[in-house]
Amino acid sequence: MVIFSVYVVNKAGGLIYQYDNYVPRAEAEKTFSYPLDFVLKHHDEKVVVSFGQRDGIRGIKFIVLADPRQSGIDALLRKIYEIYSDFALKNPFYSLEMPIRCELFDQNLKGALEIAEKAGNFGAGS
Amino acid sequence: MTVHNLYIFDRNGSCLFYNEWNRKKQAGISKEEEFKLMYGMLFSIRSFVSKMSPLDMKDGFLSFQTSKYRLHYYETPSGLRFVMNTDLSVPNGRDTLQSIYSNLYVEYIVKNPVCVLGHSLDSELFSSRLDSFIRGLPFYSPRAA
Repeated sequence: MVIFSVYVVNKAGGLIYQYDNYVPRAEAEKTFSYPLDFVLKHHDEKVVVSFGQRDGIRGIKFIVLADPRQSGIDALLRKIYEIYSDFALKNPFYSLEMPIRCELFDQNLKGALEIAEKAGNFGAGS
Repeated sequence: MTVHNLYIFDRNGSCLFYNEWNRKKQAGISKEEEFKLMYGMLFSIRSFVSKMSPLDMKDGFLSFQTSKYRLHYYETPSGLRFVMNTDLSVPNGRDTLQSIYSNLYVEYIVKNPVCVLGHSLDSELFSSRLDSFIRGLPFYSPRAA
């Protein structure tokens, strides 16, 4: 269990996707009330321009909580963005900024996490 | 390989000390605002880290990095907070900050009968020793501007 959680936050700060991979000890509030421009170890989507409203500029933030010994997190974040654009954005039934409820997104995300855990785990305990 | 700057905050949030060695870009706000911003950000991020932690935490928030710099954080049991910005080549500044605390702060400030704790540190001896300590660090090397 070395990748603990994945969260996706939209431009307004609302949580649109959450995946947890650990035994939760307490229910913490899942609202982010301040703009997260950077998080621990900069988990940021590659936003090209952060000001101005143009289509193509999303302001979506991807957050991954993982063991510090886990390597390859940058690649994992990029992969999650790819999966997001393949299964959420190209899905005609999904509207932007809304919670992500696409099965294929879930499946592919879990697959990518498994691959990352197996590939990136050097000497990590459980 | 360089140290950009160093802040020391007390537990109430006032900035006791600030020095910069190698800062290319200013924040665009006054120093006072910058200190408040730094302290507020650290407070929020520490609270965020403890809430989001999936396991029990030992040390809490240690550092963050962006594509250009890394910020290292060390807090003493008395609530004194040391914050150091370096470039990305320094993986662990915590020990450095800890030795700044025990070898410099405790020696030159706490043991100084003239220095009032809680006020901003204006001991020249402390500043000069800190400066030579930082310049003597293995990961410090002044870049040509």
